[in-house]
Amino acid sequence: MIVALACLIYLLVTIAVQGVGGFVRTTIALPIDMATASRGPGPSGPAMAGFVDAAAVRAYGPGGARLISDGAWMAVRDTLRADPTLARRRFVIHVPASTAIDMAYKHGGTPAADAMIARLRPHLGSELNTGFLTGADATDPTRAGIAGALEGSLLTMAVTLLLAVPTGVAAAVYLEEFAPRNRWTDLIEVSINNLAAIPSIIFGLLGLALFLGALGLPRSAPLVGGLTLALMTLPMIVIAARGAIRGVAPSVREAAMGIGASPLQVVFHHVMPLALPGVLTGAIIGTARALGETAPLLLIGMRAFIAGSPGSLTRPATALPVQIFLWSDQVDRGFVEKTSAAIIVLLAALLLLNGVAVVWRARVERRA
Amino acid sequence: MAGITLLVLLIGLASIFWQLARARAVQFRRAVRFGSLPAQHGWTVALWAVLPALALLVVWQIAAPALVTDAVLRTPAAADLPPPGFARATLLSQARALATGHGAESVEPLSRRLAPAYAAATRRSHWIATVAVLALAIGAGAAALARVRAGTPARTRVERLVTALLFAASLVAILTTAGILFSLVWESGRFFATVPAQRFLFGTHWSPQSIVDDAPGDVLGALPLFWGTFFIGAVIAMAVAVPLGLLSAIYLSQYAAGSTRRLLKPALEVLAGVPTVVYGYFGALTVAPAVRRLGMALGMADASSESAMAAGLVMGVMILPFVSSIADDSLIAVPVELGEASLALGATTSETVRQVLLPAALPGVAGGVLLAISRAVGETMIVVMVASAVATLSVNPFASATTVTRQIIDLLTGEATFDSPKTLAAFALGLTLFVVTLALNIAALALVRRHRVRGG
Repeated sequence: MIVALACLIYLLVTIAVQGVGGFVRTTIALPIDMATASRGPGPSGPAMAGFVDAAAVRAYGPGGARLISDGAWMAVRDTLRADPTLARRRFVIHVPASTAIDMAYKHGGTPAADAMIARLRPHLGSELNTGFLTGADATDPTRAGIAGALEGSLLTMAVTLLLAVPTGVAAAVYLEEFAPRNRWTDLIEVSINNLAAIPSIIFGLLGLALFLGALGLPRSAPLVGGLTLALMTLPMIVIAARGAIRGVAPSVREAAMGIGASPLQVVFHHVMPLALPGVLTGAIIGTARALGETAPLLLIGMRAFIAGSPGSLTRPATALPVQIFLWSDQVDRGFVEKTSAAIIVLLAALLLLNGVAVVWRARVERRA
Repeated sequence: MAGITLLVLLIGLASIFWQLARARAVQFRRAVRFGSLPAQHGWTVALWAVLPALALLVVWQIAAPALVTDAVLRTPAAADLPPPGFARATLLSQARALATGHGAESVEPLSRRLAPAYAAATRRSHWIATVAVLALAIGAGAAALARVRAGTPARTRVERLVTALLFAASLVAILTTAGILFSLVWESGRFFATVPAQRFLFGTHWSPQSIVDDAPGDVLGALPLFWGTFFIGAVIAMAVAVPLGLLSAIYLSQYAAGSTRRLLKPALEVLAGVPTVVYGYFGALTVAPAVRRLGMALGMADASSESAMAAGLVMGVMILPFVSSIADDSLIAVPVELGEASLALGATTSETVRQVLLPAALPGVAGGVLLAISRAVGETMIVVMVASAVATLSVNPFASATTVTRQIIDLLTGEATFDSPKTLAAFALGLTLFVVTLALNIAALALVRRHRVRGG
C-alpha cells in the first residue's frame, strides 16, 4: 500500500518538477534598431529571421544567433505589428532564448554553460510560455506547443462521444429492459464482456483493417481515431449504463406500468431519468480512458508531425497522449520538460473528468 | 462539411414533420376516440422521414468513391493512365488529394490534369446525394403523414420501431467482435499462406528489418517475442503487482480504519487512471537507467537500458491497483460469519486472514491475477517506450527483451505498403494476442464464477 502510494507520489513529483519548467521560458534581451536595416525587412519569414539573427550577433558577438530561439523573429514581428512606431527607432525586446540557454539557465549544466549564463545574466529573464498552450508541434522545443494536439484530442473525443454514448445507452436499455433470454442475447452479452477485456491495440488493428483498409477513410484523421476509440469505449459504457438501469427500483417500473404506461414509456419517462446520473458517470469515465489511450491511435497513423491545427475531422491530426509519446522520443534535451508539461496538461484534464464523475456520483448517492 | 449540413437539414425536416403529424392528430382527438397520443403520431412520421434517408446516405457514402473514380476514368484525360496497378493508384490518389485541396508538393502532370475532373465528379456526387436524400426524406415523410388517421396504431408502430433501433444498437457489439475476428483471421490467413504457421510460432529468429522477399519465414520466428511478453507481463510484472496488491488489499479490507480507507481507495483509483503513456515516459526516464546501473553494480556487463526488468517493474506498478481492487472485492465477498467464527475461536486478526479469509478468497484472487496477466500481456505503451526493439531469448532480467505489442507497433508504423509480409505479420501477432487474452479472460471468469457459487 505504502509502496503503491510512494510510486504515485514519486511519479507525480518527478513529472511536476520537470513539467513546471515547460510552462516557463527563458527570454533574452535583444536590442533591435530598425534604422540599421537598409531596407526595412518585410514581414516575410527568412528575411526577418536573418535580420533578427544579425541583431543578435551585433549584441552578443559572434555566435549570438545561437543564443536566441529559432522562433525569435516571430516575437519581433508580432511586436512590430502591435506598435508600428517602433519601426523607426531603436528598442529592446525580450525574445525566447535557445534551448541550450534555456536549459542552462533553469538547471545549470557544464562549467562552460554556467560561465556563459553568468556573463549573460543581466540580459536574461523568465516569462510564462504562452506559446506552449497556443502553438502546435515544432522541431525546435522552444517553439513547440500543445494546442494542435489538444485540438486533435478534442475532435477525436467529440466523435467518440457522439457515437459511443447513444449506441451504448441504447444497447444497455435493450439488454436490460427488452431483451428476451435466448441464444442471441447471450451472444451479445458474451461479446460485450469480451470486448471490454480485449487489449486496446487490437482495436487499433481493427481500425487499420476496417476503416483505413476496407472503407478507405483518410489516414491520421480524427474521424478514424474517434471511430476506433468509440468501438473501444462502447462496452465500458454499456456495462456502466446497465448497472445504472439495474439500480432503478422495480417499484418505479411497476408503478408506471400500473397507471397504464407502455413498456417504452416506462423506460423513457421513468427509468432513464433516474438512471441518468449513473449513465453519465460511466460515459465520463469511458471518455477519460479514451482520452489517455495511445496505442490504437499510433496504429491508424495519428503519429505524424503536424505543425498546425487540424481544423477538420478528415485532416491529419495528432492527439495529446500521442504527442507525449512523440516528444519523449526526441533527443533534444529541451523536449524533456515539454513532455512533462504536456503530461501535466493531460493529467489535469483527466483529473477534471474524474473529479466531475466522482462529485456527481456522490451527489446522487446522497439524494438516494 | 457537406455531410453535417445535410444532417442538420434532415433533423430540421424531421421536426417539421413531427409538428405537422402532431397537429393533424390533435384534430382527431377532438372528434373521435383515439388510440395513440398525438406525439406518438409525430414520432412515427418523423422517424419515417429520417431513417430511410439516413440509410441512403450511408449507402451513398460507401459507394460514392468508386462511382466518382469511374466517372473520372471515363474522361478523355484518363486515357493516358497506365494499366491498373500501383502506378495508376498513385496517380489517382494524387489527383484526389489535389481536388480536395490537400495538394502535395511533387505531383505528376497527369494527376494535375485529372484533378479538375475529380473535383467536378465529387461535386456532382455531392449534389446527387443531397437531392436524393432530401427527396427521400420528404417523400417518405409525406407518405407517412398521409396515413395519419384516427385509427392508425401509431403507438404500437413507433414502439416497435424504437425497440428495433435499440436492438440494432446492441448488435454493434457483436458486429465489432465479428469485425475483429474477421479482419485478424483474414489478414493472418494471407500471412500464413506465405509463412508456415509452425515456423512463425516456434521459429527463434526475429528480425523483420532484414526481411527477404523470397523467404520471409526465416526472419519471422516469433518465439522470442512470446517469451519476452510472458517474461515481462506474467513473471516480472506479477512478481511486483501480486504481493503488493494482495497486501494492500488485506490492509484496506481488514486493518485500515474507515477514514484511512476513504482516503486510500481514491488514491489507488487515481493510480489506475493514469494513462499508460505517462507510465512509459516515467519508466524510460527514471526506472530504466536506474535498473541498468543496478545491473552494472551486480556485475553484469550486458545490462541493457531497455531491460525486461525495467519494463516489468513499471508494468507491475501500473497493474497494482487493478490486482488490489480485485483482491479487495474477493476478500469482502467472503461471508462475514467465517471471519467472525475464527475470531471467536480466539485467532488473531493475522491468523484469521492467513488461515481463513485468504483460502476462501483464493479462487477469486487467482481469477483476478489471470485478468491482470491478460492486461499486462496486451499493454502496449509501456513496452514501446521502455522495452527493446531487438528480440532476444534470454532469462536474464537485465538483458533487453521485446514483446508482441511492441513489435506490432514497430511493424505497422513504418512506411510499408499494406500487403507486405511485415504488415501481415503484425496481424498474425495480433491474432495470437487476441486468442491468448481471450483464453485468459474466459479462464478468469470461470474461476471467479465458481468462487461466487461456492461462496453463496
